[in-house]
Amino acid sequence: MGVTRRRKESRERVIVRFAGDSGDGMQLAGGQFTSATATVGNDLVTLPSFPAEIRAPQGTLAGVSSFQIHFASRDIATPGDTPNLLVAMNPAALQANVGGLEPGTAIIVNEDAFSKRNLMKAGYEDNPLDDDSLEAFQVTRVPMTTLCQRAAEAVDGASSRDAQKARNLFALGLVCWMYDRPTDGTETWIAQKFGGQPLVRDVNLAALRAGYTFGEATELIGARIEVAPATDIPPGTYRNVNGTQTTSMGLVAASVKAGLPLTLAAYPITPASELLHTLARRRDFGVRTVQAEDEIAAAGIALGASFGGGLGVTATSGPGMDLKAETIGLAAMLELPLVIVDVQRAGPSTGMPTKTEQSDLLLALYGRHGESPVPVVAASTPGNCFDAAFEAVRIALRYRTPVILLTDLFLANSSEPWRIPSAADLPRIDPAFARHDDPDAPFLPYARDEVGARAWAIPGTPGAQHVIGGLEKADRTGTISYDGVNHARMTELRAAKVAGIEVPDVVVDADEGARVLVLGWGSTAGATRAGVRRVRDRGLPVARAHLHHLNPFPANLADVLRRYERVLVPEINSGQLAQLLRARYLVDVISHTRMEGQPLLAGAMEQAILEAMPA
Amino acid sequence: MTTTAGLTKADFQSTQETRWCPGCGDYSILAAVQGFMPELGIPPERVVFVTGIGCAGRFSYYMNTYGMHAIHGRAPAVATGLAAARDDLSIWIVSGDGDALSIGGNHLIHALRRNVPIKILLFNNRIYGLTKGQASPTSELGKVTKSTPAGSIEAPVDALSLALGAGATFVARSIDRDKQHLPDVLRAAAEHPGAAFVEILQNCPVFNDGAFDHVADKQQAAEHRIPLVHGRPIIFGTEQEQCVVRAGDGSLRIAAAADVGREAIVVHDAHRHDPSLAFALSRLGDLSRGPVPIGVLRSVPTPAWGEGLVAENRRAHAAAGDAELDALLSAGDTWSVA
Repeated sequence: MGVTRRRKESRERVIVRFAGDSGDGMQLAGGQFTSATATVGNDLVTLPSFPAEIRAPQGTLAGVSSFQIHFASRDIATPGDTPNLLVAMNPAALQANVGGLEPGTAIIVNEDAFSKRNLMKAGYEDNPLDDDSLEAFQVTRVPMTTLCQRAAEAVDGASSRDAQKARNLFALGLVCWMYDRPTDGTETWIAQKFGGQPLVRDVNLAALRAGYTFGEATELIGARIEVAPATDIPPGTYRNVNGTQTTSMGLVAASVKAGLPLTLAAYPITPASELLHTLARRRDFGVRTVQAEDEIAAAGIALGASFGGGLGVTATSGPGMDLKAETIGLAAMLELPLVIVDVQRAGPSTGMPTKTEQSDLLLALYGRHGESPVPVVAASTPGNCFDAAFEAVRIALRYRTPVILLTDLFLANSSEPWRIPSAADLPRIDPAFARHDDPDAPFLPYARDEVGARAWAIPGTPGAQHVIGGLEKADRTGTISYDGVNHARMTELRAAKVAGIEVPDVVVDADEGARVLVLGWGSTAGATRAGVRRVRDRGLPVARAHLHHLNPFPANLADVLRRYERVLVPEINSGQLAQLLRARYLVDVISHTRMEGQPLLAGAMEQAILEAMPA
Repeated sequence: MTTTAGLTKADFQSTQETRWCPGCGDYSILAAVQGFMPELGIPPERVVFVTGIGCAGRFSYYMNTYGMHAIHGRAPAVATGLAAARDDLSIWIVSGDGDALSIGGNHLIHALRRNVPIKILLFNNRIYGLTKGQASPTSELGKVTKSTPAGSIEAPVDALSLALGAGATFVARSIDRDKQHLPDVLRAAAEHPGAAFVEILQNCPVFNDGAFDHVADKQQAAEHRIPLVHGRPIIFGTEQEQCVVRAGDGSLRIAAAADVGREAIVVHDAHRHDPSLAFALSRLGDLSRGPVPIGVLRSVPTPAWGEGLVAENRRAHAAAGDAELDALLSAGDTWSVA
């Protein structure tokens, strides 16, 4: 496409939010814009947001879907607090998003959609484009529907309905022009996606080009904005990934490295279903997926696969975890590997299925009857889901234990550039199945190795026949035992095994003279990093650390906590980690929480850190 | 490596002390299973018993095979997972009426409709034994128990009808004390490629003693059992004087053989793909008073769940090394930062 002669402005970072009806293709426009941005070499983080209803009534606030992308010429950590540009495809999208905008924010609206009927559905009494209610913003009115129709006239046989459907690509073309993003990737994508439907392909291409050309040809938008490629990113080969993709790849990689085929059993639930969908396409790696009849069966099937010497994994969200508790308890008693992926969402009960939260921490740690300790690993970023999944499998196989992997809806859906690891660099995992070659000696299924893991003889191993089960087992021999002393011993052995799992020390990123430590876990990593950076930009020293292992905690955590005058613990729950730290380490940490179904914001983190600073 | 030649009952007996109540029907079932196992020609290490909770749940401990005493009702789910990962094992489930039909009902239905290659033995004593005498889902209407002192007001579920409704491809009924019939049915179940469901009428001497005396007792057997043999007319009674015929509305009814012509008597066809005959048989008679059909109601060899998939998984997995993994990790659009 042509080169513009318009004035250019340089910015270090930009946040763009596309908002429209849930059928308007906002996720698609955002995804394509993300790809274009990644190829330019910016660092980026995205945040898709969509309604729980599959098709909420058109034009209503309930049906607004949005996609936010934050891109920059330096390493960034979050999808950004508030956008610099809001694209609103209809009044509802404007109404739902205008609230949090900073003064001066650019807003592009599809003015064709501001009909009386649509305004009414969005709860507007008067057209906000015609009064002074948007005075604080730089509003650009673009008749996108009309322009799309005009562009489609060049395509033989295109109806006005076809043109209507392509509005998202018009908006994408316009935004690509504004931020100098290439459109060739999107054009290729359209050509491939609609190869079999030439009419749809041509209308979409026409709309995309019309949007781009509109930016170039009109004087409506004053300046193009340039964001230079990021220069502080470690060298390597990158791709754009969301947490679902990386979790799946981490599980597959661990399965290959362990030499055990992966069986994933799951019951559909938002947002964990995507893991089932993704792994169902991985039969080329020997992955077998089972869509179970319920959450309980899913856990049972995964455990059955592990019993047979496979790698059993189950994945769920929210209420599904409650149903799996019984099986996780059994797995703890059987001392068999099992990986339970909990893609957390807001609860209780059905709660807000399409909104994020990290409120299952205490459930993961304690949500079972009896003394039933289970290792808990938490992922911190979309890319880190890969490492966390691999680590969960490593622990499960090495220590013969169920492991809960906590991710969340934000991690699952949001995307960022990911430095692709090399398969050769990933460690082998040895399942170390037991054999029994001495027919005169009894096989001891509960004999333990140096880390306290019991002997794992899988069915088919001659001479090692034994029965495992939920009833308490006698130490070493594994026969049923109601002996109280034995139960106490077995309880201690199981607890010691989990407590003794080797996990890396927590790493502190500290400024000299820092008196405040910000300690996060899970998906707050980006916001805490960004918040800390803003505080540092003010010249104030602060320390930051992030927990990837929640059970057991890293061995050096006690020392780290005591090294600082104040410890600030940000979480998307009511303060669950804070409670644990206070109880375990007797450190009166400061809890910072947000429970609005959204990730923490960098600005709020900055404020919280400043408030935590000792006078 | 255990050789299969010369396997005996002793090879399948564990050293665990058997702990059921004296006179429990589970003893005779255990003896029948242990006695029949050598016939399969499968070494004990490739046999797995998965059980749920209840008296029947202890069964796995008494077999010298691999076993898992799992959780209430979930044995079919665990066994399904085992079958998903392994195709070289003979997988058996032992369950009770409460375990299989109450808490585990959902899993049972889906294991059957998937036709998972597992053999499910349902010990039906129509009572909760291990929790000391409450009504079970198969308890008869009006049954007085600790939890139903005024008599149960709930209709019982019929295990065979339920299994057939779920699409089970092998469904049979036998009796704990019948030393001939039970091994025959077990053998037929073992030979079935998919999910086999066997209801075994079982006596609980403590909480529901004699519930099946009318069928278990040799003296009364002729009168109260409707023996099902594939290809044979369905005739029973001390003098073979009773038979099963089709009623005018298409259902089955019991008639006096003398009143109907020989050609009117229904010939049992266990291999019929259409399950309507098997279902009609499952609704025939009265479990509490007899007569009741005994034998294989349905046996239709059908490809088992995921047949060949385990081998395919193993092949695919073995072929996946670092190069394949690298290709997976770097799929799609990538870019380099120097």
